Amino acid sequence: MAEVLVYVDHVDGAVRKPTLELLTLARRIGEPVAVALGGGAADTAATLAEHGATRVLTHDASEYGEYLVVPKVDALQAAVTAVSPAAVLVPSSAEGKEIAARLALRIGSGVITDAVDLEAGETGPVATQSVFAASFTTTSRVSKGTPVITVKPNSAAVEAAPAAGAVEALNVTFSEKARGTKVTGRTVREATGRPELTEAAIVVSGGRGVNGAENFAIIEALADSLGAAVGASRAAVDAGWYPHTNQVGQTGKSVSPQLYIANGISGAIQHRAGMQTSKTIVAVNKDAEAPIFDLVDYGVVGDLFEVVPQLTEEINTRKG
Amino acid sequence: MSLKILVTVKYVPDATGDRHFADDLTVDRDDMDGLLSELDEYAVEQALQIAENYDGDAEVTVLTVGPEDAKDALRKALSMGADKAIHVEDDDLHGTDAIGTSLVLAKAVEKAGFDLVISGMASTDGTMGVVPALLAERLGVPQVTLLSEVSVEDGVVKGRRDGDTASEQLEASLPAVVSVTDQSGEARYPSFKGIMAAKKKPVESWDLSDLEIEADQVGMAGAWTTVEAAAQRPARSAGTIVKDEGEGGKQLAEFLASQKFI
Ligand SMILES: Cc1cc2nc3c(=O)[nH]c(=O)nc-3n(C[C@H](O)[C@H](O)[C@H](O)COP(=O)(O)OP(=O)(O)OC[C@H]3O[C@@H](n4cnc5c(N)ncnc54)[C@H](O)[C@@H]3O)c2cc1C
Ligand SMILES: Cc1cc2nc3c(=O)[nH]c(=O)nc-3n(C[C@H](O)[C@H](O)[C@H](O)COP(=O)(O)OP(=O)(O)OC[C@H]3O[C@@H](n4cnc5c(N)ncnc54)[C@H](O)[C@@H]3O)c2cc1C
Repeated sequence: MAEVLVYVDHVDGAVRKPTLELLTLARRIGEPVAVALGGGAADTAATLAEHGATRVLTHDASEYGEYLVVPKVDALQAAVTAVSPAAVLVPSSAEGKEIAARLALRIGSGVITDAVDLEAGETGPVATQSVFAASFTTTSRVSKGTPVITVKPNSAAVEAAPAAGAVEALNVTFSEKARGTKVTGRTVREATGRPELTEAAIVVSGGRGVNGAENFAIIEALADSLGAAVGASRAAVDAGWYPHTNQVGQTGKSVSPQLYIANGISGAIQHRAGMQTSKTIVAVNKDAEAPIFDLVDYGVVGDLFEVVPQLTEEINTRKG
Repeated sequence: MSLKILVTVKYVPDATGDRHFADDLTVDRDDMDGLLSELDEYAVEQALQIAENYDGDAEVTVLTVGPEDAKDALRKALSMGADKAIHVEDDDLHGTDAIGTSLVLAKAVEKAGFDLVISGMASTDGTMGVVPALLAERLGVPQVTLLSEVSVEDGVVKGRRDGDTASEQLEASLPAVVSVTDQSGEARYPSFKGIMAAKKKPVESWDLSDLEIEADQVGMAGAWTTVEAAAQRPARSAGTIVKDEGEGGKQLAEFLASQKFI
């Protein structure tokens, strides 16, 4: 059976959920071979094996942390040469897309980004994309070379599928250009204790209607009652009420949770672009004409300062 | 010392209009309202600021690959203050994918000559966010992308990249390819004077033969990806909307419980 390379997104050996989803998709096309780079790379093996990786190719070097993107492209290219895979799958983060594109160009292949589903096809994997702010669904294929495809978080279920997961050292020689862009400083974001926005099963978001940074406590309280991540519209982020890392939409994160709760958000096309594929959508907005209500499964026309605290209290009561 | 900045800008369908696909599954650009991609306005803005703050001669050229109407995008950038424009236009470009677009842009950038290329973070139609990385790969120069802050001094570009888990400070020597996010600072509005001045600024037109690119390297025929089908997403079925009359929060909790979220 053909092998499929899966690029592993991990933090010091802790594998992030989208990578496990990629293993599920990779198994539809062939046998997953994972590529893990940087500090803690070998620590990823147990988790990857549990989810279907037959081999885990690892390599650590200081270059991965000290220079932008290119060292990782060099390594993934070395893995392609070593494995001759049927396809290469990469998580659709900003960096993942850049790595995938540069790799594709080097190996003479087409690239598809932001797939939301993947199936084996007669002439190679068929990717589903959700485009134009999720108003259209397209299917496409890479028609030249080894398909390089990036896949969005929450596109497939994480499945247990124990495999060997044998760790093998990957041989990497860095290219002349690998040290072109130096990372001179890095500030790691403080953990909030809440789930990662793109990976969360439930997202609770606040917009301009929240009307102030201090009022986001209401949104956070609702999120915590549901074990949810917190999101924000650009209007709320631009006003300085909530960090940009929590922005949902075209220029923020794209989320696809089981449940999305929009509070004081009108539902502009650029916001919808980041949340329209959520399974269940709920909104609280005082304007009955707000476009967000066109998307909802359930909507409450009302003042969020009344509705949201009551909802939170009711959830906490029900949970006992 | 002089500094030559090239800004890549894309002409895109208005996101607030009715965007759709043509019969050949490319974006229908015939009956649409097009404009300069809003995210490329940030690139133009940063280019103008870098040029204004530069100690020496700096020149800002805007470059687009697109159909006849893409001139509108160039005019807008010129009216914001860019010095000149290059329009790459050729019938054979119809249906070009990201790899092909990067080839055309790279050839055009090389022909024009550059110290710094500035791109937007992503287009508002294709939204791939890969063209700047591809350009850096093709040009063999450093990629300094997705910056929310950028500056140029003594032949070095510096900036801040806010990633998923960390915020990074980056640095590279020129020549380089930079892309900037919508966090990099609001773009200026063209002034009346700027709009009038733009009418007299030079716009060069190049076709594929000017760039020594063969027709089969681009377009749908040259694409390394194929779109097989495009379908409008079915409208979400109408939901239940209630007006809060004191029990809205509880009603919502009831709904969430019925869906097993609580
Ligand atoms: C290129 C580009 C990229 C963009 N990217 C993004 C993006 O990534 N994400 C994003 O979100 N936006 C993005 N935008 C901005 C987008 O167009 C909207 O401006 C933004 O989403 C509006 O945010 P909002 O819904 O919070 O604010 P508004 O549109 O002002 O809506 C506020 C809503 O709150 C309601 N409200 C007010 N008070 C209350 C109350 N007490 N109780 C209940 N409801 C109340 C109002 O009725 C209103 O519907 C982008 C725009 C452009 C041009
Ligand atoms: C819905 C949709 C999905 C697509 N999916 C794919 C796909 O999976 N694979 C694929 O290969 N192609 C795809 N394409 C085609 C691809 O979008 C175009 O080839 C496009 O020219 C490059 O990608 P982008 O617009 O996403 O650019 P991005 O990489 O998002 O653009 C980033 C920056 O590059 C510059 N730039 C991009 N295009 C131009 C231009 N024409 N002229 C000047 N500067 C430019 C701008 O500065 C822009 O801000 C898709 C197109 C659409 C409309």
